[in-house]
Order: sequence, then structure tokens, then C-alpha cells
Amino acid sequence: MKPDIGEALPGKLIAVEGLDGSGKSTQIYLVHQWLKSRGYRVFFSEWNSSVLVKDATKKGKKRQLLTPTTFSLIHATDFADRYERQILPLLRAGYIVLCDRYIYTAFARDAVRGCDEEWLRRLYGFARRPDIVFLFRLPLEVALGRILEGRPQLKYFEAGMDLNLSADVTESFRIFQGRVLDQYLSMVNEFGFTVMDATLAVHEQQERVRSVIEERIDLAYFHKRYAS
Amino acid sequence: MSTQRFYGRPPAGVDPSKLTGALIVIEGPDSSGRSTQIALVTKWLEEQGYAVEQVGLKRSFLVGQELEQAKQGNVLSPRTLSLFYATDFYDQFENRIVPALRAGFVVLADRYIYTLMARDIVRGAEPEWVASLYSMALVPDAVFYFMTSLKTLVERTFTAHTELDYWESGMDCGLSRDWFGSFVQYQRKLKAEFVKMRETYGFEIVNANRTVAALDRDLRGRIQLVLDRTQGA
Repeated sequence: MKPDIGEALPGKLIAVEGLDGSGKSTQIYLVHQWLKSRGYRVFFSEWNSSVLVKDATKKGKKRQLLTPTTFSLIHATDFADRYERQILPLLRAGYIVLCDRYIYTAFARDAVRGCDEEWLRRLYGFARRPDIVFLFRLPLEVALGRILEGRPQLKYFEAGMDLNLSADVTESFRIFQGRVLDQYLSMVNEFGFTVMDATLAVHEQQERVRSVIEERIDLAYFHKRYAS
Repeated sequence: MSTQRFYGRPPAGVDPSKLTGALIVIEGPDSSGRSTQIALVTKWLEEQGYAVEQVGLKRSFLVGQELEQAKQGNVLSPRTLSLFYATDFYDQFENRIVPALRAGFVVLADRYIYTLMARDIVRGAEPEWVASLYSMALVPDAVFYFMTSLKTLVERTFTAHTELDYWESGMDCGLSRDWFGSFVQYQRKLKAEFVKMRETYGFEIVNANRTVAALDRDLRGRIQLVLDRTQGA
């Protein structure tokens, strides 16, 4: 259970962050396809929670019982479970691990909800810093447009309704996302994010993402030792 | 009027100056007599006209049930389990303890963050991480640690349950394959953590090897002092 933050591990960790609608999931998906097709040891870690945590989250969200603290802790529980059962073992086994959202999502979202920033950083202190974090940056209105156009039914917590920003769900979502974006931008230097222009064409972005990865990671090391 | 303090910053939305009740914590291992004493103290306080709220661990609506399930299966890593417990703690803290203190209740907590911290540390968690995790908790007006000899503990446990509990024996820690041996080692380690924490957190150590009546008398005297100090004349 000791943190191994300083210990060098054979694997590499790549995370993507950004607002809903920023296209980060598409980009990490394409990275996954690329690395797989090249025959590298790569694993894509999704945000699917363990059943237990999922039940608790669902219950809390349904009854609107969660406070900023418990909202944050329940997600930290979920993350710890995935981190210790999946991400860390894969890094030890020498995989490239791709994460669609990482601890920075919690830093941004929970800080907007009023959690203390220092407390949050210590809470997630057991998690290794990724080798690369891509932040997909998009003007707020564009990101909002993409989401609001395709998915008009916003969920309570997703829209930040618990913060009483506005009685109108869409308006609440706008304000909430704006604050999350501010949080992301304030972390760029603190955590050395690689900022990507998410207004570019998908393939153009992907080209840049791939070249950053090739530059920063010695991919040859990750060639599979066995054909599968 | 007590002056409520927090170990770190209070959780978002909690105003310490509004908490007028008193928070009294009873710590100690299973079978040290905590629940018996809490029942007696509650009755006594209510007779005196104090409103009492009892809280304990693993009782939150949010994750209480999930925690119980997780422990049955023992499928979660130590850190996940400790975060689950922290979620349970803060859920009760914000939804029961804080509102009760705001309403001027005497809150009797059957264990508090110290048990959670000790368990985590014995399982290898970094003390600083654990301390930060629970830093949003309110500093109690008093913490009474029921200290018992291992002998008393073993006898009481067998009297009450006929067998040792998996978790109270620390069987998940891999200390020993022998159940009794593990129980002894685990309880020793916990006690050592409590003794260490005593310095930092200022526990009052209460000798719990005595009879129910003797312990009750002692405890009432101590609690009376807390109430005189915090609840005015």
C-alpha cells in the first residue's frame, strides 16, 4: 500500500483530459487502435466502476444525498480500486496504459464543488503522475454546443445542479462547465499538460498526438514479446 | 457553547461557529464494552434533559450496505476499503453528526476516525495520507479510549460471540494463519497505534477491565466535566 511514486516502472501512462465534448475520447481511442495495430503492449483503461462502487454511486446520485466531500470520496474509492487492480499492475508489467480521464478530472470537478485543493491533491497522492497528459482545449461555447446538441437530457450531477448555480439545467451546465474549464487551465503549468487545439480536424489532432507520443516514449521497448 | 475546531479545513458548507452541541467519542476494540456504556450514558443524559444522537461506523445510508458486502467478499484492496470507510464516515459526519451538533445535541460516537486511521495504518497505509484523508473531521470535545488487557478482550469476545471475527482478528493482514495468533498480533498492533495517536489527539484512557457499573460511574463523571465545560451552566 506504500506509494511508489518515485519508483521507476517499466510501463508508461498516458492520460487525456478535457471537457465533455472536447473529443478526447475519440483521440485516445485512435491512439489505442494505432498502438495495437503496431503490435505494442497497450491497455485502455475505461471508467467502468466495480459493481459495489457503482451501486453506491447510483444510490447517492438518485437520492441526491451526496455532498461535495462524499461525491469526491466515492469517486476516489472507485479510482483507487481501478488503479490498484488494473493500472498499477499493468505499469509494473510493462504496458502502455491509456486513460480516458485521470485524477485531474477529480481535481477540476471537485474543486468547482468547493473541495479544498490541497486536500484533493493529498487524497490522490497515491496515484502516479502520467508520463503524458493531453488536455484537449476547446472554446467553452463549442464544447457546450456539441453536448447540448446531441444529448439534451442532462443528468443532475453532470449539470452541477447540486451547486445551485441556476434553476435551469442547461444554464447550470454552462456555468459548471465554464468553471471546470477554468480549473483545467489553471492546472496546465502545475502538472505540465500538453495542450491540444481541439478545434482542429480529428486526423490533424491525431497526427500531433502521435508525434508527441513518439517523441516522449521509446515505443520500440513495448513491442510484444509474443505474437498474439 | 463549545468552541468547535477541525483538524484541517472543514468540509465545504460547514460553518464551525454554528455547532453548539457536544461531540463525545468512545474508542476501543470490540468487546471492550463500548455499546453497553453508550446505552447507559444515553439513558443518563436523556434523564438530565440532553438530546442525544448516537452514531457509529458503517452505518451510513450511502455505502453502509456496500461496505458490508465488500467485507463479506474481501475483494477490495486495502486502499479501496479505506476510502470506502472514509466515504461512510463523511456521509454520516455531514448528514448526521453536523446537523445534530447544529441542533445542540450531544453526539455519542461509537468509534470515530481514530479506529479507521489505526486500521489503515496497521494495513500499511502512510500515516500522513490517512491523517489528511480525515483532516476535515471535527475535533471531538472528548475522546475516551477503552483500554482492556488482551486477556479480558479474549474472554469477553468468546463469551459474547463464541468465535473470533475475521476482521477483528486481522485475518486479511496475513499476520498468522492461526486465527487466535492473528487476533493477538492484530489487537496488539492496533493498541500500539492508539497509544501513538494518544499524543497527537489527546485521548483520555479509560480502564475498561472493570465491571459495567464501575466503568459507568467513571465515565459519567468524565462526561459531566465535558458538559460543564462546553454546554454552559
